[in-house]
Amino acid sequence: MAVDATQLPHTTATHVEDVGQIPQWQLMVRRFRKSKLSVGGMYVLIVMYVIMLFSDFLAPYEHNRLDSNYAWGPPSQIAIVDGKLSTFALKQTLDTERLQWLYVVDTDRPLPIQFFVQGYEYRFLGIFPSKLHFYGVEEGYQVNLLGADKDGKDVLSRLLKGSQISLTLGFVGVVISVIIGSIVGTASGYFGGSIDNMIQRVIELLRSFPDIPLFLSLAAALPQNAPVEIRFFMITMIIAVIGWTGLAREVRGKVMSYRNADYTAASVAAGGSHWHIITRHLIPNSLSHIIVVGTLAIPAAIGSETALSFLGLGILPPAVSWGVMVRDAQTIEAITTYPWMLLPVLVLIITVLSFYLLGDGIRDAVDPYA
Amino acid sequence: MLNYIARRLINMIVLLVAISFIGFFIIQLPPGSFLDVELQRLRSLGGDVSRDQIKALELRYGINDPFLVKYWKWVERSSRGDFGTSYMTDQSVGERIWGRLSVSLGLSLFALLFTWLISIPIGVYSATHRYTIPDYVVTLIQFIGLAVPGFLLALILLIFATRYFNQQVGGINSSEFMDQPMSVAKFIDMVNHIWIAVVVLAFGATAGLTRVMRANLLDVLNMQYIQTARAKGLDEAVVIWKHAVRNAIHPLVMSLGTLLPALIVGETLVAQVLSLPTIGPMYLDALRAEDMYLAGTILVMLSGLLLIGNLLADLLLAWVDPRVRLE
Repeated sequence: MAVDATQLPHTTATHVEDVGQIPQWQLMVRRFRKSKLSVGGMYVLIVMYVIMLFSDFLAPYEHNRLDSNYAWGPPSQIAIVDGKLSTFALKQTLDTERLQWLYVVDTDRPLPIQFFVQGYEYRFLGIFPSKLHFYGVEEGYQVNLLGADKDGKDVLSRLLKGSQISLTLGFVGVVISVIIGSIVGTASGYFGGSIDNMIQRVIELLRSFPDIPLFLSLAAALPQNAPVEIRFFMITMIIAVIGWTGLAREVRGKVMSYRNADYTAASVAAGGSHWHIITRHLIPNSLSHIIVVGTLAIPAAIGSETALSFLGLGILPPAVSWGVMVRDAQTIEAITTYPWMLLPVLVLIITVLSFYLLGDGIRDAVDPYA
Repeated sequence: MLNYIARRLINMIVLLVAISFIGFFIIQLPPGSFLDVELQRLRSLGGDVSRDQIKALELRYGINDPFLVKYWKWVERSSRGDFGTSYMTDQSVGERIWGRLSVSLGLSLFALLFTWLISIPIGVYSATHRYTIPDYVVTLIQFIGLAVPGFLLALILLIFATRYFNQQVGGINSSEFMDQPMSVAKFIDMVNHIWIAVVVLAFGATAGLTRVMRANLLDVLNMQYIQTARAKGLDEAVVIWKHAVRNAIHPLVMSLGTLLPALIVGETLVAQVLSLPTIGPMYLDALRAEDMYLAGTILVMLSGLLLIGNLLADLLLAWVDPRVRLE
């Protein structure tokens, strides 16, 4: 279980003897490893981000490829036929009573799954053009390991492509807001006086806006027909602009207390410049705190992107993010009849949960002497 | 104390003026205007609008006024209690908002009550029974509560309610009660409808508060005065509830100021899924239709609620904790 630092039993266990002898970061790593759930969260996230890097290679189809022969197609069945890993062709019929597509697996028509096939063109890591894909079936058929949506788009391909936006947007937004928040917070706490007063008034004003409505109105002001990169950038900026105030306040509090510490006074007495004191004493001391707040802010930012896209104000089709996919899963019909439409929600929950667990573990670890 | 409240109130008014200016600016940012949206709708219905008609409409709604003129018109009218006429429905903005806001407030108060009634006892229990199986279960549920988006929970509960309770859901009343005056039957029907919304709204907040309550109580339980209280033979229940909880509850009281407005605005997505007639979906529609008077008024009102909520929380804190009063 992830627990607060104060809750850990004060066992005088194995390593305590050398606490004073090893560097602080090693103590942190040691403490972090103790909370198994946080370590688990970290591994899950690493796997997800690695998959994201290879998403185009792993996705068999372009995320917007339509195929009406596979509308609401169920996840493909996999079997070994003649010693080859295969899926099967589907026969599509219309249930005229309930107006649904029915699919029957045609076991006489196995489709061997081919590996390292040529498919749509993409740029690996955004640089190297390639057509290579991990798997696929023969032309004219489709393999949908996780089913297909109402237009016959492959859900797995969309999940993979969507991760490129969903996993980066919140992350980048938080990184920017952490940078703004740290700079402003440090300036406010270190210089004090009228600078501090002015900055605090601005923060107070920004925090008086209810954040969700402010978020919605800013998103509604975005140009509708901008290319996806521009929209991505703007939504990132919105997340950053709304998010930095809380962090700035916390950093200010920390900096103010470190500013009055003896070692800072010593540095001032020894003739240390502002720059030296800030970068050598104040920032390194606040850093762990900043990282904790940042890590815990990422899941909230990912949630914001999903909410915006769900409401049709965030990422817009034809681009795809997990929020865009959740939008397709908002009717009871979609969920009860085609449960694989809920997969983006599941992936989202796992991601957010992992970030929370990771942040929780880091928070406990940054104070290794407790 | 009165001095303090007066200063806070003046500060609030200054903030609200600044908020209204910035908020109005953001809301009128999107290019085009309500009129463009409306004209498009008329044209798509097949009707054509003549140049003169467009001119007349533009004049009537003051579409081409510069920003400051629009803003001034809005503020000046609002200060007289006239929030303008919504472009969308030609209804008075004040009337529309109050109808919706009362539903939102009612729902949020219920959710708040629910949150507190559940998170305090559970938080206390899991702190006093640390590292037991129920504590682990509670911790796990807390994390799930943080990670599962509210609208999804709403969707899942909707499915269960429809499938297993054979219940008509969505909205706050069944269709047969829609236009009837309030009665016992209507009230029961309403409760049947809104419990999902209340549970969903409360779930996320409950998860967070339980966690905070548990962590705080654990800190307090390590204090020496708790040991003293036990040593002098007090009943454990008295030690916990009278001595410990009272000192652990500060952050909960402080969170009250942000929690209520957060619940009111946080229901936007949930309300969308459950088609509840609350303020969130209305704000969203107003933004989409570029109905800036309606959207602007809602934004300022919600900010006002947030500020009032914070003030009330501070006063409540001063009431709970004598030490705060001294400062």
